Amino acid sequence: MSDTLVAWDDVLAAYDPALGLEVHVELNTASKMFCGCATEFGAEPNTQVCPTCLGLPGAMPVVNATAVESAIRIGLALNCDIAEWCRFARKNYFYPDMPKNFQTSQYDEPICFDGYLDVAVPTEDGGTETVRVEIERAHMEEDTGKSLHVGGATGRIHGADHSLVDYNRAGIPLIEIVTRPVMGTRSRAPHVAKAYVAALREILLGLGVSDVRMEQGSLRCDVNLSLAPKDEGGLGTRTETKNVNSLRSVERAVRYEMQRHAAVLGAGGSILQETRHWHEDTGVTTSGREKSDAEDYRYFPEPDLVPVAPSREWVEELRATLPEPPAVRRARLREVWGFSELEMRDTENAGALGVVEETVAAGASPQAARKWWLGELARAANDSGKDIAALGVAPADVARVQALVDEGTLNDKLARQVIDGLVAGEGTPDEVVAARGLAVVSDEGALSAAVDAAIEANPDVADKIRAGKHAAAGALIGAVMKEMRGQADAARVRELVLEKLA
Amino acid sequence: MSTDATRSSAAALAAALAAGETTSVALTQAALDRTAAVDGSVRAYLHVDAEGALAQAAASDDRRAAGQPASPLDGVPVAVKDVLATQGLPTTCGSRILEGWRPPYDATVVTRLRAAGLPILGKTNMDEFAMGSSTEHSAYGPTHNPWDLDRIPGGSGGGSAAAVASFQAPLALGTDTGGSIRQPGAVTGTVGMKPTYGAVSRYGLVALANSLDQVGPVTRTVEDAAMLHEVVGGHDPRDSTSVVQPLTGLLDAARQGAQGDLTGVRVGVIRELGGEGYQAGVLARFTETVDLLVGAGAEVVEVSCPSFEHALAAYYLILPAEASSNLAKFDAMRYGLRVLPEGVDSPSAEQVMRASRDAGFGDEVKRRIMIGTYALSSGYYDAYYGQAQKVRTLISRDFAAAFEQVDVLVSPTAPTTAFKLGEKLDDPIAMYLNDLATIPANLAGLPGISVPSGLADEDGLPAGFQVLAPALADDRCYRVGAAAEALLTQQWGGPLLDRAPALTTPGGSL
Repeated sequence: MSDTLVAWDDVLAAYDPALGLEVHVELNTASKMFCGCATEFGAEPNTQVCPTCLGLPGAMPVVNATAVESAIRIGLALNCDIAEWCRFARKNYFYPDMPKNFQTSQYDEPICFDGYLDVAVPTEDGGTETVRVEIERAHMEEDTGKSLHVGGATGRIHGADHSLVDYNRAGIPLIEIVTRPVMGTRSRAPHVAKAYVAALREILLGLGVSDVRMEQGSLRCDVNLSLAPKDEGGLGTRTETKNVNSLRSVERAVRYEMQRHAAVLGAGGSILQETRHWHEDTGVTTSGREKSDAEDYRYFPEPDLVPVAPSREWVEELRATLPEPPAVRRARLREVWGFSELEMRDTENAGALGVVEETVAAGASPQAARKWWLGELARAANDSGKDIAALGVAPADVARVQALVDEGTLNDKLARQVIDGLVAGEGTPDEVVAARGLAVVSDEGALSAAVDAAIEANPDVADKIRAGKHAAAGALIGAVMKEMRGQADAARVRELVLEKLA
Repeated sequence: MSTDATRSSAAALAAALAAGETTSVALTQAALDRTAAVDGSVRAYLHVDAEGALAQAAASDDRRAAGQPASPLDGVPVAVKDVLATQGLPTTCGSRILEGWRPPYDATVVTRLRAAGLPILGKTNMDEFAMGSSTEHSAYGPTHNPWDLDRIPGGSGGGSAAAVASFQAPLALGTDTGGSIRQPGAVTGTVGMKPTYGAVSRYGLVALANSLDQVGPVTRTVEDAAMLHEVVGGHDPRDSTSVVQPLTGLLDAARQGAQGDLTGVRVGVIRELGGEGYQAGVLARFTETVDLLVGAGAEVVEVSCPSFEHALAAYYLILPAEASSNLAKFDAMRYGLRVLPEGVDSPSAEQVMRASRDAGFGDEVKRRIMIGTYALSSGYYDAYYGQAQKVRTLISRDFAAAFEQVDVLVSPTAPTTAFKLGEKLDDPIAMYLNDLATIPANLAGLPGISVPSGLADEDGLPAGFQVLAPALADDRCYRVGAAAEALLTQQWGGPLLDRAPALTTPGGSL
C-alpha cells in the first residue's frame, strides 16, 4: 500500500514544517564505552565481547575516559555548556539485542547541553543563507547489539525463520545529539536537515572522534518531522523516521514525510505518533512500531557508576584542542586564497579543502593547487571510487609537480603524466620524471635543430610567419613538439621559431 | 592440632598450617566429611566442589612445602554464597532461572580468595537473588538452622551462616543488602560483617540492589572475619563504586579489641532500634552486652535517629526499583533457563522471555519486580523512588549527627531469634521487619558487624549484637565487636556455638 502524497507546493501553501534531528555518532575509541573490548568494525560476530558487554550476571561497567573526552569535545564544538556533574541512567526496555535489557544512557543530566550549530543552506539564487540549529543536548550512551533476521522475504523480523544476534556492537560508545525543534524553514526544510547533518559530519570529522560513515552506521540520523497549519505556530504530531543512511536520504525523507503528512492531514486524518522506516531504494517511509509519549523507560540513575564531574580546567584544556570550526575555516581560506564562491564550493564538494590547503602550504599557488586536485586528481579519485583525500597522493608531491612546471622542467602535458605516475604509486615527482624520462628538453642545440627541420619541412608556413602572420607559428610549434615527443617547453619553441623567421 | 579441626577458628587453622601441624588437604577433607555427615539435614550448600577444593588444597600444601604460602590464610577452606560468580562452578543465586549456569569468570572477591590460596568448598544456599530473611525463598529448598532444624537460619545468606555454624566451613563469604550477612549471623550464633559500601568489590556479585549490596565475611570469630575481610577487600578497578583508600588495620583492631579494654570509646545506643517489636530475650542479651562494654571502659550514651522509622519503607522502594532493572537481563536469550510457551508453534523472542521469566522466577522475586517497576514508572517516580532517596539522605544525616557524639552505634542485630520455617512465609511484611535494625547501615553505606550476644531465655536460641561505625571506619566494628565477643565468651566459659545441640545424622549424632 503506497502513501498518498500532496504536491510540494501545496504542502507549503497549507503547512509549516518543524524539524527535529537526532543523530547517533559512534565514537572511534579503541575500546567500548564500559569495558575493554575492541570496537573494530566488521569483526567475526560475537568475538569482541566480554562479561560486561554481554550483560552477564555480576559484571559491572567502568566508564571509558576517552569517550567522555570525545563527548566533551563534541559538545564544545557544538557551542554547548558542559555539565559540571552528571550521571548515567538506565533506560529500561526489553529487546533481544540489548544484553541487559536496559541501555546505559543519560537522562535528565546530559554531559553537553544548550548549544547550536550554524549551517549554510543553499538559496534558490545560488547563494547561501545561514540557519542556526539549536542543540538541546548531546549525551553519552552505549550501542546495542545487532539483530540479523534469517529467512523470510524482507530480512525484517516479520516473516523471518529465526534471528541471530551479534553483540560486537553492544557497548560501543555513542553520542546522541538532539536538536531543538527547527521552525520556520518552510520550503528549505529538506535542505536545512541535510545541511545540518553534513555540517555536523564535517565537525565530527575535524574532531577526529568518529569515522562518521553513514553507510556503516557510525553516524545514524533519525528525522523527526511534524506539520502545523501555516502561520498558526505550534507543533503538530511528529513522526520519527529511522534508517536514514545518507545525506541525500535525509533530504528526501524530510520531503517525503512532509508530503505524506500533508496528505493525511488534508484528508481530515491525524498523524499517528510512530517510528517510520526510510527505504532508500524506493524512496518511501513505512510504519514501524507505534511510539507514544506514554512509552515508559523507567529511567533512574545507574547505581553501578559514579557521577562524571569534568573539572573546568580539563574542559578548558579540551577547548584549546578544538580545531577551527569548519565554517570559520572555510571563510578564512576563501579570503586567503582569493577563490570565488563557486570555486570554493566546487573545492568543498570535491572534498578537497584539506588537500588544497596542504598543497598551498607546501608552496603551490592556490589556483594551481585547485587545478590539480579538481582536475587530474579528482578524475583519478572518481575512476577508482575513492575519496580524494584517500587517493594516496601527498599534497607536498602535488606542490612539487607545480614547482617543476614553474621552473620549466615540466610543461603542462608532462606534468599531467607525472601526476598519473603519482596516482600509480611510482614514487616522488622527481622519481617519476626520471623513471619516465619526462623532463622537457632544455638542450638548445637539439631544440634549434628541430626548429630548423620544421621550418624546412613547412616552407609555406614559414613564409607566412616571415610575412608577419605570427598566428601561423602554432603549426610549426606543434611539429617541433611532436618531434620532441612533447618534452619541450612550448614557449621556448615559439621564441626560437619567431627568432629564426624574423 | 588437639581439637577437631572443623571446630577450630580460621586463625587457629592458619597457625597450625604455618607450624606444619596439619595440611590443607586434611582440613579441606575434614570440612568435606563434615558436610557429607550433616548437610543432608542442614542443607547449607547448593553445590559442593570436593574435587576442586581438594586440588586447591593440594596446591596450597605444595606452596607451604616450598616455603611460599600465598597469604596467612593459604590452605584454610572457605564457602562462597551462590550469588558470587565462580568460574566453572554453578552460580544460581538460588533461582531456577540460573539453573546450570556456570560463569566464564570469577567475581573479584573469588579471584582474591584463589590468589590468597583458600580452597573453595562450594556454593551456599540463599533466598532467590538474595530476596528474603529466611532462605525459604531459595528455589532449591530452605536451609535449616543448626540450632534447631525446624527453624530458619536467617537470610538471605542462611547457607553461609549455617555452613559456618554447623562447622562445615571455618569461613564463608556472604553479601548484605539489608542485613543478609548480619541477621543470619545473629540467628545462628555466628559473626557477620558488612563492610563499608565500596570497601569490597562487587564485581561478579549478581546484583540485588547495586547501591546497597556489599560482600563481607561470615565466620565464627571476629578475628577470622577481619582476616577474611583483609583478603577480599580493597580497591578494584572493575568496580567504579569501590573505595580507593586502602582498608588496613582490621585484624589489628580485632586483636586490640580482644584485649577487652574499651577505655575512652564512646558507644551510642540507638533509641529507635529497640523496645516495641523486639523479643524480650533479645533485648536482655543486648542490655547485658552493653553493660559489659561499660565495664570495659566504654562511655555509653543513648542517641536518637528519628528518620530510622522510615528506613524500611524507603528500603522497600529502592531495592525493588534497582532489582527490577537488574533482573531484566534474565531473558533466556543468552544463558540460563529457557522455557518455550505451551501451545505456540513458532514463539517470538518476547513470548520465550515471558514464559522463561514466569517459570524461572519465584513469587518473592516477581513481587519485588512488580513493586520496583511500579516505583520507577513515569508519574510515580518522584513520589516513590525520589522520596525514598530523600529518606536515605535523612538517614545519613541522622548517622552523621550521631557519630559526632559517639565512635560506634549499637543495637540488637535482629528483633527476634530464629523463627520456625514457614511461620512468616505468607506474610511479607512480617518477614521484612526482620531487617529493621540492619537496613539503616545499608541505606547509608556504613559498616556493621553482628556478634553473638547469647541465648534468649524464652527459646534458648542465639541473639545478635550489632556494632555500626562511620564509613571507612570498619576497624571500629572489629575493635568493639571483638571486645564484646571476648567479654561474653569469658562469661560463657567458651564459644556460644559450643552450646548448640549436636546435629543428628544418618550415622548418629556428631
